[in-house]
Amino acid sequence: MQIISWIAVFLIFVSTLSLLITWDWRWSLVHLALLYLGVFWLTQIHWTISMAAIKLVTGWMVATILGITRAALDPEPASALEHSWSHGRLFRILAAALAFLLVISVTPTIVKLLPGIGIPEVAGSLILMVMSLLLLGLTTEPLQAVIGLLTFLAGFEIIYAAVENATLVAALLATINLGLALVGAYLLTAGTDEERGATE
Amino acid sequence: MNAPLIWIGIPLILAILLWLPSRTKVTAFLGGISALFLAASAWFIPIDTAIRISDALSLKIAVSIDILGRQISITPADKPLLALLYGMAAIWFFGSSAAGIARRLVPLGMGILALFIASLSVKPFLYAALIIETAILIAIPLLSPPEKKPGRGVIRFLIYQTLAMPFILFAGWLLAGVESSPGDIELLTQAATLLALGFAFLLAIFPLYTWIPILMEEASPYAVGFILWLLPSVALLFALGFLDRYAWLRNFAQLPAALRFAGLLMVGTAGVWAAFERHLGRIMGYAAIVNTGFSLLALSLLHDSQLSAFFLLMVPQGLGLAIWSLSLSILKLREGSLNFKKIQGMIQQYPIIISGVLVAHFSAIGLPLLAGFPPILALFEGLAKEGLFTASWAALGIVGLLTSAFRTLAVVVMSPKDSTWEMRGSWLQNILIGIGIVLILLLGVFPHLIYPILVNLPATFEHLSG
Repeated sequence: MQIISWIAVFLIFVSTLSLLITWDWRWSLVHLALLYLGVFWLTQIHWTISMAAIKLVTGWMVATILGITRAALDPEPASALEHSWSHGRLFRILAAALAFLLVISVTPTIVKLLPGIGIPEVAGSLILMVMSLLLLGLTTEPLQAVIGLLTFLAGFEIIYAAVENATLVAALLATINLGLALVGAYLLTAGTDEERGATE
Repeated sequence: MNAPLIWIGIPLILAILLWLPSRTKVTAFLGGISALFLAASAWFIPIDTAIRISDALSLKIAVSIDILGRQISITPADKPLLALLYGMAAIWFFGSSAAGIARRLVPLGMGILALFIASLSVKPFLYAALIIETAILIAIPLLSPPEKKPGRGVIRFLIYQTLAMPFILFAGWLLAGVESSPGDIELLTQAATLLALGFAFLLAIFPLYTWIPILMEEASPYAVGFILWLLPSVALLFALGFLDRYAWLRNFAQLPAALRFAGLLMVGTAGVWAAFERHLGRIMGYAAIVNTGFSLLALSLLHDSQLSAFFLLMVPQGLGLAIWSLSLSILKLREGSLNFKKIQGMIQQYPIIISGVLVAHFSAIGLPLLAGFPPILALFEGLAKEGLFTASWAALGIVGLLTSAFRTLAVVVMSPKDSTWEMRGSWLQNILIGIGIVLILLLGVFPHLIYPILVNLPATFEHLSG
């Protein structure tokens, strides 16, 4: 079981790192959906499988809402940045490495503070929260910002699942995740008519 | 019949029904009347007391309702607060047609207000953070219209407000631990730190207030004004709920100093930034930050003045923001921009609307004979007792805001020599702002007019009201 938990942590790390360095929205949403697999596994340690499945289903629904909305918009021409590997990505990878070091150093302290919680849950949660803060700090795009917030909440929900197992809290958190996705979809579509009019 | 159904359930239903009217004036009128009716019913209808309708029939409004094992309760002590919030909302809804955003503000505003009231009434009150976050999500379409690309301000607003929720939820869990072992200093410090972080995001405490001026520049000033009135008010009431519930937090030795420090930082920095601004919307944004700073300073005087200084600020600040943002919305609708360059000499074209901007601005500073004067004077009296440094920092913020008011005044009167006086703006717009100016003057000269509303407000927080 412990080994699967560490695999989940690794999956979370890879997904969040990819979220940070991917410019293509399709890949961003794929990584978002993947990280919810890790979240599901780390949550089911403290919750029942059926309760933890709420996180997975909600996460995938969120990714679907954002994906369908983004796909309906006009495809944006690939910018020069997307083709330049060195521009921005190198900085983001270095920043992510620093964030990872921070997570390694802080995890044992948090484990001591929260009785009954294991190292993989804390590490997975902190990776999600720190990397999402990094993502939020580096973007002004609605889609990236919403993905960042969803990732932050996913990290928080892993730790919170260890201390609170009320059904109502799970339901409200799922509602907020779905609400964030709807807000993201709204922000993505807002102003698109104006843009279209300007180009015509 | 029960109280949460009347003051939370009905407004939520109204929030849906108010999308139906096709004319904006009808939406604004219906929204205003509904809010006024809810305020009046909160003021007059007794809760948890039998009302005799006829010899055979009596009606009792129950205090609480159970939802999925959790309770939402509105007690008789909450009535003045409900009346105040719905009464102030009525003012905002009536003005929304003149500001050109009634179709969005009235239904969304009603929904947001109902959710905020639910957040103050839910038990365990930890769930409030989740309900507040839901209200924040509903506020996004209000701040970012569907026909315009979202700007940086609305994205930052969403990020900062969403980040508040996890901190408060986690602090709430730690607080339960503190209750069971109050001697654990480490746990106590962790809970206080997380709570402070959560409220720093929620209340946009320095340096997390950067979204306010940006949002004032890119969104409708009236929509942002509504959020800048409602969000800090509810967040502060939510914070008072924490203080009321936890004795250790109330008696935390560092609490007054921390509140004073945060308040002074907000008043000082926002006041100074406002002095250098050239955009009327951004200036109002900084004034709203100063308002929150004043409220925090009033809370820091909790042990001396209980809650009177805090509640005294609520009505003048809300009224001032409503008049200010309505005036700015009208100017933006008609002139397209609120930059100094664009509004130069405008007092001859918009005498009443520009007067609205100036009167609200001077009221926010606490100029004598205006609504803001009595509470700010009372606040300074309390701050002066804390020391010269504290009062000086607060005064620095006031001087900054005063400088921006004089700069605005200088710009709006700079008309060409041959220009004539006109009265631009519709009758409705001019009348509403005229009424607002009279109200600000009335509250300045006769501050005791709001005494009946304020006198029972502290009773909502039984441990804090002394």
